[in-house]
Amino acid sequence: MTRFLARRLAWFAITLFVVVTISFFLMRAVRGGPFDGERRLDAAVELNIKARYHLDWPPWRQFLHYVGPFNLDEHRAEFLGGDGGRVFGGVLVGDLGPSFRYRDFTVNDIIAQSLPISVLLGLVALMWALSLGISAGIASALRRGSGLDVAIRLLATGGIVLPNFVIATFLVLVFVFMLGLLPVAGWGTLKHMLLPGLALGAPFAAYIARLTRTGMLEVLSQDYIRTAHAKGLPARLVILRHALKGGLLPVISYLGPATAGILTGSLVIERIFYIPGTGSHFVNSALNRDYTLSMGVTILYTVLVYGLNTVVDFAYTLLDPRIKLEEE
Amino acid sequence: MVGAAVMGGSEVRERLSARTVRRSLAFLLLAGLFAGALAIASGARIEEADFTFSNGTEVSTLDPATVTGVPEGRVIRAIFEGLVVKHPQTLAPLPGMAESWEISPDGLTYTFHIRKNAVWTNGDPCTAHDFDYSFRRMLDPETGAEYSYQLDYLRGAKAYRTDIDPETRRPRRSWDTVGVRVADDHTLLLALEEPTHYFMALAGFYPLFPVNRRNIEEAKRDFPDTWQLEWLRPENIVTNGPYRVAARRVNDRIRLVKNPDYWDAENVAFDTIDVLAIENWSTQLNVYLTGGCHWIDQVPPLQVPNLLPREDFNPEPYFGSYFYRINVTRPPLDDVRVRKALALSIDRRAICEKVTKAGERPSYSLVPPGLPSYRNAEMEKEDLARARQLLADAGYGPGGAEFPSIEIHYNTSEKHRDVAEVIQNGWKRDLGIDVKLLNQEWKVYLDSQTNLQYDVSRSAWIGDYDDPNTFLDLFLTGGGNNKTGWGNPRYDRLIAEARKLFDPAERMKVLHDAERILMDELPIIPIYSYVTSDVVAPRLGGFHWNILDEHFPKFFYWMDDEELAAVRARQPADWVRVPFDAGPPEGQYAPARLRERRP
Repeated sequence: MTRFLARRLAWFAITLFVVVTISFFLMRAVRGGPFDGERRLDAAVELNIKARYHLDWPPWRQFLHYVGPFNLDEHRAEFLGGDGGRVFGGVLVGDLGPSFRYRDFTVNDIIAQSLPISVLLGLVALMWALSLGISAGIASALRRGSGLDVAIRLLATGGIVLPNFVIATFLVLVFVFMLGLLPVAGWGTLKHMLLPGLALGAPFAAYIARLTRTGMLEVLSQDYIRTAHAKGLPARLVILRHALKGGLLPVISYLGPATAGILTGSLVIERIFYIPGTGSHFVNSALNRDYTLSMGVTILYTVLVYGLNTVVDFAYTLLDPRIKLEEE
Repeated sequence: MVGAAVMGGSEVRERLSARTVRRSLAFLLLAGLFAGALAIASGARIEEADFTFSNGTEVSTLDPATVTGVPEGRVIRAIFEGLVVKHPQTLAPLPGMAESWEISPDGLTYTFHIRKNAVWTNGDPCTAHDFDYSFRRMLDPETGAEYSYQLDYLRGAKAYRTDIDPETRRPRRSWDTVGVRVADDHTLLLALEEPTHYFMALAGFYPLFPVNRRNIEEAKRDFPDTWQLEWLRPENIVTNGPYRVAARRVNDRIRLVKNPDYWDAENVAFDTIDVLAIENWSTQLNVYLTGGCHWIDQVPPLQVPNLLPREDFNPEPYFGSYFYRINVTRPPLDDVRVRKALALSIDRRAICEKVTKAGERPSYSLVPPGLPSYRNAEMEKEDLARARQLLADAGYGPGGAEFPSIEIHYNTSEKHRDVAEVIQNGWKRDLGIDVKLLNQEWKVYLDSQTNLQYDVSRSAWIGDYDDPNTFLDLFLTGGGNNKTGWGNPRYDRLIAEARKLFDPAERMKVLHDAERILMDELPIIPIYSYVTSDVVAPRLGGFHWNILDEHFPKFFYWMDDEELAAVRARQPADWVRVPFDAGPPEGQYAPARLRERRP
């Protein structure tokens, strides 16, 4: 257990370092800079803006300054020739730097403001995905081959095939403009969360429905289920207590990637529903060449995806005693 | 159950509880996360504002000296105030921080009398010293003010900001060499390099708005590392305009509240304004249509035909040009006959009617039409026979060389692609030229344009102030925004000459002559001139069309039913009335009083 965690942590450090290094230099290799605009900057002005963000330094120095833990600007340690005002800095001490595009905010500010929103949106989406997906999957498995099964499978295929902005548009049309039940966009109340959550969760619900159906069908054909039926247990109990536990295993293993997918895939939904979350920064920061914000979000997602996968591996052992962490 | 019967009772309980714990663990985790996130996210929930508008994107910063964008301008005009305020309809200067001003007969010295009741939100009086400090800060290279050249009209300002010691990066010249004098706390003297016809328009232009010195210096003291953004935080920023910043959330909103100490506060109607950062045009329109905001400035092109019959959508001429830059350093485009042939065979009407659809006008000049005192110099109208002749003269076509294939370069966007396709088809059909389309992501596109890595490149420009110069000075030889490789000494001379002229008519004549050169040599091909695409709640008073599409929250108010009815009585009968209930309960503001006081 401890060994498992220690090994995971070591790999995590290596992964993060590789991700940070590659994206740091890739970002800078792309044509166009953060301060290129339709209006060409005055050469002297451009020089000064670049100096403010240390873009006039050689890349290796920018990298060291960015990663930390030692600060390299004029406030660096006295033995390095600075005034000693701030010896430490950089990612290693939790400072992700100022944003280039949103110049009144640090990357830490932006993530602190937007991450809770994205997490909340992701949870709503996950709840939609799980509740719709699992119930549809069970129904589909129990009525295998029936009209209901065919309908659910068709819907599920649709949910996987249709991009979420199509689903979003459809939902807005029905629930906002036809029924007038929910707000069209924005963030604040639970009402604001339902539509974007559903649109974001729909493809995952579809996938979960398929996984649940397959898992349930496999479990339902096993001996212990037949035994349970033979004992005269009510069908409801057999399904909910005995079959579901095994049938859901594939869903559990899918939860890690699904959560990561929901969190990182919220870009389009955030745009359509005007939600100030982190997802939109993931792509926009790269388009804006907002180096620091882009790096910050990349680091954040690396941590999230890695962390979630670890949690899922953990959850596995809780659900299925046959799986041991050490076997990994 | 058989198994359980053999087990001890405690064992059963243990297994049960372990199972319960396992089960509830995941659930608790999820519920906890949800509750936590809900608590954090809902903490920022705030009451609806009196007036809400969508700004199209998040502003890059609130520092007036360092921004150049339209969205930034809208917020800065609400929270800061310059020497003068612009009239919402005519854009003529109205008293702002300066209650009056005089211009010397030679047009070189401006004397501004700063009002005595002008205060900052931190209680400091706003004086001539603040302008001195702010202009100096703007010209200081350390500030990185993108618009610093807008102050070049001040005597010595250009030399001050460009004569920099490469070692220290500080200006070598003394601030005394710049034409800014503080005669006393309430008198500011500005000496100009040349009599600048539009200087009063610049005095009301947001980059020249003042900032509070104490605000910045306290931030420098308290946050030596991050003061550059700390002074702009809602809790720190000090402003002098009709509104102050109450809260900000990136990509969400800026909440503005009325500044009770503002000198003209009694004429400011709204107590709160929300500035939304909706980027998606469809979402923006949906939010407007469902009452979530009262003014949007962009609509999805596909929706234009549906919106045109409505009373709340009235496209009007806008001071912007859509044109193609031509890389004159690349043969065969270095031949003016080729450029002219290309320019003469663009179906501008088809572009305006089939692609853009909002009433844009085919354009034959760089400067958009609509300035009352300026006569545009236009290129010839479309003429296919002449275009073919020109191409033949240049040695291409039947009997001549084969015209090499050229590329139209644009930034990735459906609209630009559609326009380019119309032009591509036209050139192929009418001139037999093989045209390829090349779209690039925005920053790459800009980079290609700047480095002249294109044949023909989609471009646009929106005027900064209502004068032809804001367009014509783009194409000075070697200018940073020229990006065509074109240059003409006579053109440069005319633009410089126009700067020195004080007589408006004579000046406009010289600018016309300059544009004539541009339209004869065609380093750019005009395509169409813009129209505004504001959708505005019919009940909003104080919102007027003007050629710069600049609007001033200071003058906004809700009309009462009587005034709205009167306005509607003047509208064309076939307009679709938009029932718009947004607005205050009647009598919350005093529109009648405001109406009388309004300019």
